[in-house]
Order: sequence, then structure tokens, then C-alpha cells
Amino acid sequence: MSFITRGFSGRRAERDPRLPPGQTLVGDWPVLSAGPTPEIDADEWEFVVRTENGDHRWKTAQLQALGMEDITVDIHCVTHWTKLDMPWRGVSLDRIFDEVETAHDFVMAHSYGGYTTNVPLEDLLDGKSWIAFEADGEPLTPEHGGPARLLVPHLYFWKSAKWVRGLVTMPDDDPGFWEQNGYHLHGDPWQEERYW
Amino acid sequence: MTRRPTAWHTATVVDVRPETPTAKRLDLDVPTWPGNDAGAHLDLRLTAPDGYQASRSYSIASSGDGTRVVLAVDEVPDGEVSPFLVHDLRVGDEIEVHGPLGAFFVWMPPADDDPRPVQLIAGGSGVVPLYAMARAHAVAGDASEFRLLYSVRTPDDVFFRDEIAALAESGAVDLDLVFTRSSPPEASFPPGRLTAERLRDAVVPAAHNPRVYVCGPTPFVEAVSRWLLDAGHRPGDIRTERFGGS
Repeated sequence: MSFITRGFSGRRAERDPRLPPGQTLVGDWPVLSAGPTPEIDADEWEFVVRTENGDHRWKTAQLQALGMEDITVDIHCVTHWTKLDMPWRGVSLDRIFDEVETAHDFVMAHSYGGYTTNVPLEDLLDGKSWIAFEADGEPLTPEHGGPARLLVPHLYFWKSAKWVRGLVTMPDDDPGFWEQNGYHLHGDPWQEERYW
Repeated sequence: MTRRPTAWHTATVVDVRPETPTAKRLDLDVPTWPGNDAGAHLDLRLTAPDGYQASRSYSIASSGDGTRVVLAVDEVPDGEVSPFLVHDLRVGDEIEVHGPLGAFFVWMPPADDDPRPVQLIAGGSGVVPLYAMARAHAVAGDASEFRLLYSVRTPDDVFFRDEIAALAESGAVDLDLVFTRSSPPEASFPPGRLTAERLRDAVVPAAHNPRVYVCGPTPFVEAVSRWLLDAGHRPGDIRTERFGGS
């Protein structure tokens, strides 16, 4: 239940309807990480999907050969900033899961550096997520997750795991690193699913 | 680890005072606050008469079980929330806070038999959560070695100057101040940016297995964590927090 703050009027011009509640528009692209930026050799990079049926592996060129798409999406960080109309380039998870059989409904995304985040498969498929290699027309820089990151723009951006190395399917929605450290299990910005 | 419940709370401003030429220290009374670990943060929300709201995250300078919550807010020029907090907020005003938040960038006193050195590295107002850790360490009186390396523009820009000086004087914390623009006459180094060499000389050596907390602007955090890795610190021992935005 909110109350009016004495003397506060805000500095908004008009609020863009694409801004979820509690978010503020930014023009730059802030960085949020729990630890140091890992150094990853793009030539050595490999993407793995591990299911109950075994492993699937792709080197960069193999993964990109599944079909690179250009998309423009809005991204929403739990720390209250939103960046609109951001161009990305990557491979849809639909293309990747065309080659994968699993009865599991959830995945844990794993990153170089050891960080993890959990996502329901239904939040990854049907044009909802990508393995992204480029942003703003440039290869992803290390501090923004390069050489590749998961991109799940309809969820808060910590779900878009930087330095992604693979997905492990799982029968239950077990919490990942951020979700064990205070962030919401799901993370829908329109529902303000920020914290526990 | 016990989890402190996270919820919205009504906070009443009980003290406002200058912290630096561009920052204010805000003391909040939050009767329903469950306490917070050192290093935690909160979301602060302001509401305009027409229902418009603006929210920002701030690190908490205080810790423990009390209901007095201390923030130190640096004004972001052209910002929306920080200029209001720095210039307009008065004693007696009420604001909303949500927290405590964050279970990773926190420090808790270790079990008696397991002290572990701690290296704190701050850039500018990034010292706020690290000051909370240093003070929590002093209050707990635990045996962990604590060092604070604090990079700041000038002596006037030092947050919690008297408190940090007292922590250093009492021996609770080894303090190393790096002035980037102008230094006091008694400083042993001329003003200048932190370098890999100075960092390596100042911090708890990697061989002593410290946990390292780094907080500051992104370029500072990126440079410092790279130097730490080069100096042999393990990635999993380095915890980072950055600030930016308005």
C-alpha cells in the first residue's frame, strides 16, 4: 500500500507504456555481475544441452548454422532499469530444441564462472528466447556476457545468463544461483516478480 | 543461514546530514524492519500525488537486528530519485522501502574456529556496503583480518570519514585510501588512479585465502577484478557489486 511522498513529483516526461511497473528508462547499458568477468576463448566456446537422454554439443559455427535471427526487444533489469528497442542477433532456442528430446519441463542455465539460473521450458520456446552472439550490431563484449549469453527478454534480465555454456533439463523448477540469493524463482517484470 | 523476510516497510526520516559535498546521509526509522546483514541493499520508492512512482536500489550502511536503517545517497546529476533525496527530503518525511535484499554480497561473522581474511575494495560511494561490513566486523569483534582499500577523488569525498578513521584507529580494519584527484599533505602517495601494482601491494595476498568484496562503478570493478585474478585470487573468492544509472 503506497502513500504520497511529500514534495515528490518526479521528472518524467510521459511514461512509455512499454515500461513495466517500477522500471526507469535508460539509454546506456548498465552491467550487473556477482563476480569477475570470466575470460572465455571464443574459439573454444561450446554449447551443451544435457537431458535425461544424453548430451548435445555445438561449436559456435555449428550452433550459428542452425539459423541466426535478428530481433529487436526490450530488456528489463531487476535493478529498475529498462532499455527499449535493443537489436540482438542470435539463434532461437526453438532451433536448438528441434534437435533435443526431453520430457522435462524446466532447465538450469549454466555459465562460465559457475553461475546458474532456472527457467521453465515454456518460457524459452515459441520464439521467446535466443542464444545471443551480438547486441547493438556488435559482438557481445565480455562484461555483457560474450561470447554468448542466453536472451530471455520477457523475464528480468538476470535470467538472460551471461557467458552461457549450456542448459541442463530438469523435472522440477529448482532455484539457480540468483534465485537462491534473493531473486524470484520466475521473474516476470510485468508482475514485478523481483524478489522472494 | 536464516533468511530475513523481505517486505515493503514504511520508513520515517529521523536524520539528514551532509555526507560529502554531493551526498547526504539518511537515518531512517523502520519499526517493522527485520534487520539486515552487512552489505544488503533495499529498494526505495517515492510516490507523486498523481500516483506516479519511482524506485531505486540503495546499499544499506547499517546492519544487525535494529530498526534504524542508514543510507548514504550520492546525487546523480540529472537523476530523478537521488536529487530528491539529497535536496528535498526532510526529517519527519515518510518513504517506502522494500527489503532487506541480497543474500550474496553480504558478510557475516564466521564461526569462532574459522576466521577468514576479508579484503574490501571500494570505488567512490561503493564504500557504503563495505563500510557496513567493516563495522559489523568491529561490532562482532571476530578474529578475521579486515582490510579496506578505498579509492576516492579527494579527502572531502570520503564517505563515513570519521567512522572509518575510528575503525582504522581501533585496529579493527587496515585502511588504505587512494586519492585520485587530490590528496592530503600527509598522504604517502601523490594523487592518482589505483594501479595493478598498488592494488597488489595493498590487498591481503591471495595465498592468505581472503574473501574479496569489490563495489564501485563498472569500469572500476572490471579493472580491479581483473587485477585480482592476475594476482592469483580465485574467481569464486571475488564478489562484486556495481552501481550506475540514476
